[in-house]
Amino acid sequence: MSDGTTTVGRSATRRPARSGWVAWAYLAPALLIYGAFLLFPLGRAAQYSLFEWDGLGESTFVGLDNYVEILYDERLREAFWHALVLVFFYAVLPLAIGLVLAALLTRSQVRGLGFFRSVIFLPQVIAMVVVAVTWRQIYAPDGPLNGFLRLIGLDSLTRPWLGDYTFTLPAVGLIGTWVCTGLVTVLLMAGMSRVPRELYEAARLDGSGPVREFFAITLPTVRGEITVALTLTIVAALKTFDLVYVTTSGGPGTSTTVPSYEIYRRAFQLGDVGVATAVGIVLTIIVFAINGVVNMIGDRK
Amino acid sequence: MKRNIRFSTVALGGAALVFALAGCAPGTGSTGGNETTGEISTDISGVGDVTLTVWDQEVRGGQNEQMEQLNAAFMEKYPNVTIDRNSQSFDDLATTLRLALTDADAPDVVQANNGRNTMGQFVAAEQLRPLDDYAEAYGWADRFSPSVLQYSTYSDDAKVFGDGSLYGLPQVGEVVGIFYSKSKLESLGLEVPTDWTEFDAALKAAKAAGETPMQLGNIEKWPALHVFGPLQGDHVDAEVITDLGLGNAGQSWTTPENVEAAATLQGWVDAGYFNDGVNGTDYDAAWQALAGGDGVFLIGGSWLAADLGDAMGDDVGFFIPNTGDGTPATTGGTGLPFTITSAADNTDVAAAYLDFITSDEAMEVLAETGNLPVNRTAELAPDSGVQADVFTVFGDVTGDGSLLPYLDYATPTFGDTMGQALQDLLAGQATPEQFTETLEADYSEFVASNE
Repeated sequence: MSDGTTTVGRSATRRPARSGWVAWAYLAPALLIYGAFLLFPLGRAAQYSLFEWDGLGESTFVGLDNYVEILYDERLREAFWHALVLVFFYAVLPLAIGLVLAALLTRSQVRGLGFFRSVIFLPQVIAMVVVAVTWRQIYAPDGPLNGFLRLIGLDSLTRPWLGDYTFTLPAVGLIGTWVCTGLVTVLLMAGMSRVPRELYEAARLDGSGPVREFFAITLPTVRGEITVALTLTIVAALKTFDLVYVTTSGGPGTSTTVPSYEIYRRAFQLGDVGVATAVGIVLTIIVFAINGVVNMIGDRK
Repeated sequence: MKRNIRFSTVALGGAALVFALAGCAPGTGSTGGNETTGEISTDISGVGDVTLTVWDQEVRGGQNEQMEQLNAAFMEKYPNVTIDRNSQSFDDLATTLRLALTDADAPDVVQANNGRNTMGQFVAAEQLRPLDDYAEAYGWADRFSPSVLQYSTYSDDAKVFGDGSLYGLPQVGEVVGIFYSKSKLESLGLEVPTDWTEFDAALKAAKAAGETPMQLGNIEKWPALHVFGPLQGDHVDAEVITDLGLGNAGQSWTTPENVEAAATLQGWVDAGYFNDGVNGTDYDAAWQALAGGDGVFLIGGSWLAADLGDAMGDDVGFFIPNTGDGTPATTGGTGLPFTITSAADNTDVAAAYLDFITSDEAMEVLAETGNLPVNRTAELAPDSGVQADVFTVFGDVTGDGSLLPYLDYATPTFGDTMGQALQDLLAGQATPEQFTETLEADYSEFVASNE
């Protein structure tokens, strides 16, 4: 090979290669696969979103009409609002719980740390459908949750958790919290274990308590991990489909419907592929935008 | 950051390129056409080795059993034919069928739900083969009654439902009625209610005795349609319901009678006649609760009879109250009809298969495996048990009563609309008037689009 070849794994301090095509050649296999399985379907979806099509017969080109229809669709606005509520349950709440848990587990000399870490992480490795089916049982009118409430004399609190217009969305959200907390905690623990013990000792000598210690030392250290955790969990919240599909089908009424479920409903149940893909494209753009904002804030040093 | 911008430009450029390559509009080049071409034959012994792909939703115990038996018998009769069976649940099949039909190697025979949401859209998109020529060759019109065949009959443009070409054949009949626990009813000192007024009184008595009068699991949204259906049959004329149910023009949902039916259902909730939290209870959990000794009644379809009979033995019965004029009227019809797709390679084999699984002999297999055969129902009725009740009710309703179409047949979106509206009605989130207005909006919009 002539000059200009770059070696994989060299640090970025070296001058970049002069000819780009070699780099492209290295990228080509991955790019082809990425194009075939991601960019191509995405392009197709963008194209479908400009047509009125029932998924079966002939289609009519309608330009941006599907997007206009989405703007005026109250049900879809409701779905996006529900997705935002889920962001709280999937991202904000697990982050709060995760920070406390991780700080406790890393700072105190717990026996069997590995065991606790595995237990906390467990919900993350179970398939979401299995999780959803299990929680559907827990939330059933005669299920364990209501049984427990009756046992401790809180009969007034029992309700059909997945059939209640006020409480079903939080109930579904809490399943998300249960799933995401483990991931967030394990990420933060990895970050916190980087903090040298001497720093904490120095802080102790300066007379700061555990709370002060947490805010002055621990939190700034895991800034990067928080960004990663938020990115992952926010995307998960906005994309939620399997959980809603299995637990409530968007019900009761429309009280737990989310954008992904709306896409499925329109494409497969109502046969309105054009509008469904338009929702999909809009959802993709929103996910990108929100993550862009999170990463911009997170990267600001 | 700069590098990121460059990368996204590349990605967008790539997407644009891919997009340009994918230039053909969706839905072209995949339509089959509703025309029937060439000679047909009812003799398939000489066609050579063929594979027939069949997609069905016969997954529950007795349903699966009859399918396996009939498929085996068919392959024994025609050793040159191999049946490649793909069986999925009702909900799954509804989701995957659309994609399957437009695929290059679509299945040959599929079970398609009768309504406008499924069969109607498939006919409009020319994905199914009209069966009129085979019906004549095999004499299907003599085997099935017209009232059964109308539920798989559409005009070519699918605007008219119940009149036009035949597109499918059902194996079983279905009827919605009321399952009950005989021992519970006896302990309440009650007879089986003969009309809706008596049924109301029985509910009241059960409530007073501290029982759960009725079980309902409606988390899936569609089960309540089967509760509203028979109730509507008591309040509204059969002709009106049939037009509404088939999505044909000229009727209205916002009539006092329909509001009355909705108010009755809501009244049952307010009176505490259902288990707590119907919208949060699984469909299967509801009938299992009845089988487990919690509840007196459960309004549901005859397809539950086999499972309930297994679980409760002789304790379970099935009936339908009479309406004001002394005859029964309730939701029912046929099981999902088997249809031949436009993509089917060998329609002669597919038609022979349809003929075989709906033949008079097949009806005996169906009855033996605990299903309700759509033909020869009366003569194949078992002597006792809940199945005997089901056969009797089906005979009464199709004989002197009125068999009303499933309400979700009406428009492509009606099942969805009504499922939600019923959850709102049951939860007291909507008044009976609002409920009928929601349904009227969907129905009238569809009727207008069909003008």
